[in-house]
Amino acid sequence: MEITQQDVEKVAQLARLAVTSAEKDTFAKQLSQILTHVDKLNQCDTTGVEPTATVMGQVNVFREDVIRPSLPSGKALANAPECEAGGFVVPKILEER
Amino acid sequence: MSLHKLTLIDLQRKFAAGEVTATEIMRAYSLRISQVEPRVKAFVTQTREVACEQAEALDRKLKEWRKTMPLTGMPLAVKDNICTDGVPTTCSSRMLQNFVPPYDATVISKLRAQDYMLLGKTNLDEFAMGSSTENSAFGPSRNPWNLQCVPGGSSGGSAAAVAAEECVAALGSDTGGSIRQPAAFCGVVGLKPTYGRVSRYGLVAFASSLDQIGPITKNVSDAAFLLGAIAGHDPLDSTSIDRPVPDYLKALQKRDLKRLRVGVPVEFFAEGLDPEVDRAVRSAIEELSHLGAEVKEIRLPRTDAAVAVYYVVATAEASSNLARFDGVKFGFRAKETKDLLDLYIKTRQEGFGPEVKRRIMLGTYVLSAGYYDAYYGKAQAVRTLVCQDFEAAFKQVDVIVTPTTPTPAFKLGEKSEDPLQMYLSDVFTISVNLAGLPAISLPCGFSRAGVPIGLQLIGRAFEEETVLQAAHAYEQSAQWHQKKPTIR
Repeated sequence: MEITQQDVEKVAQLARLAVTSAEKDTFAKQLSQILTHVDKLNQCDTTGVEPTATVMGQVNVFREDVIRPSLPSGKALANAPECEAGGFVVPKILEER
Repeated sequence: MSLHKLTLIDLQRKFAAGEVTATEIMRAYSLRISQVEPRVKAFVTQTREVACEQAEALDRKLKEWRKTMPLTGMPLAVKDNICTDGVPTTCSSRMLQNFVPPYDATVISKLRAQDYMLLGKTNLDEFAMGSSTENSAFGPSRNPWNLQCVPGGSSGGSAAAVAAEECVAALGSDTGGSIRQPAAFCGVVGLKPTYGRVSRYGLVAFASSLDQIGPITKNVSDAAFLLGAIAGHDPLDSTSIDRPVPDYLKALQKRDLKRLRVGVPVEFFAEGLDPEVDRAVRSAIEELSHLGAEVKEIRLPRTDAAVAVYYVVATAEASSNLARFDGVKFGFRAKETKDLLDLYIKTRQEGFGPEVKRRIMLGTYVLSAGYYDAYYGKAQAVRTLVCQDFEAAFKQVDVIVTPTTPTPAFKLGEKSEDPLQMYLSDVFTISVNLAGLPAISLPCGFSRAGVPIGLQLIGRAFEEETVLQAAHAYEQSAQWHQKKPTIR
């Protein structure tokens, strides 16, 4: 599979990453090489084979909905890059009209 | 004998008997670390000063009432992607450089409940993505057997610390070989338990359907001992399985291997296998046969495809798991951003290293519209075939024996420019994670250049006892584990 610089740009945008033009070139080459290797998968016949997402076969594991101790807000906020009045601070989202 | 030379079990016996104090143990390890760590660089964060104080407090407590548990006073090192309350957990990433977890991983709670001693957090490839520790944002660790060689990865710091006797044992995590490959490269024992055997709560997630925590130790008995301490069901990890934890040490009492059927997969002895590794592993197989095991050839035809499956499944899961690093609630945040989207993008651009970005991009690509079925769907189907290969093999044999890696430890910088070559070096360990099986790596010889070679034993799900027993019998007969590196 050939990955172009445009593909890299698109994927980077989906992944919320920025790429420099030098990186675009390197990543395009490396991802092409890796995906060419991955194309080996097509040599395996998987007609009628069920996909495996996890090996132990567990489906939803439920617990009782009971109140348990949780992190106090000070501890939960301690690693925040920026916080104020018990909340996380982010740049403003809504734009003025 | 210097205390740092003892195995976990021997040190534990001495301590339980009151022959040494926790303070004496800590002094010995503190000295050892100060002597060799500048060359080995196994740790990201050292906590020995706090541990020394804890040791003194522990000794005072024990003076009044001497009651110890198996890991009381035992000096361990922990991979830096396992959360430790109040001690930085960086994943060797700029993204988490200043992250101090507000809680303990379940494995750490279990150790802490026994009053273990944390010597420090060990280096890894950033977010456990890599096979050499060269992807650490804080620089690579070194192989104690040859400081020009990589210690393997991603749990390279833990393996190097055990090999250099900077700790009595360590914890690592294994997603595609990250415990076994560095154990092989550093000449120590590394065990990846069955998926679900050990709680992953508090392990920073890389690929959730593959990740598992396990012990890295000086010998097989120590691995059995430490596994017993960390295994078991945990309501906080919905993938952990509710099954009783057997007495793994008891399983080691049986020394002969009569009635054990050992399978040798032909696909693992093909082109690309280093001749010295081939020779060492074949003579180990002969030894297993001398010990009474019945050795037969088997087939695992999708070994080659497993690498391709892995680099689709693992990167897809990683791209999703690492979406949480957005610079909002914890971790690194880029400065001077103009809006929220810019904040996300700049934070991730500056916070992640190249290998992590590469894998996030690959994972995003294989999950993206138009490629999902061709890559992710296909890989999941081939994963089923990989599992079926093992199921068929385990109808004929009880344990599968292979080399852990195609080559012994490589030189620093040798593969770091070529990601695909680095990925292919995981070919022998990856399929085990895809199938969720337990597997151990232990030393089975040395190359002429003097670096260790690893033997891998794979078992059926939840049959750690069989794997440990076979490994122990081989180890006791071959005695490779007695050889120690001269660090220079």
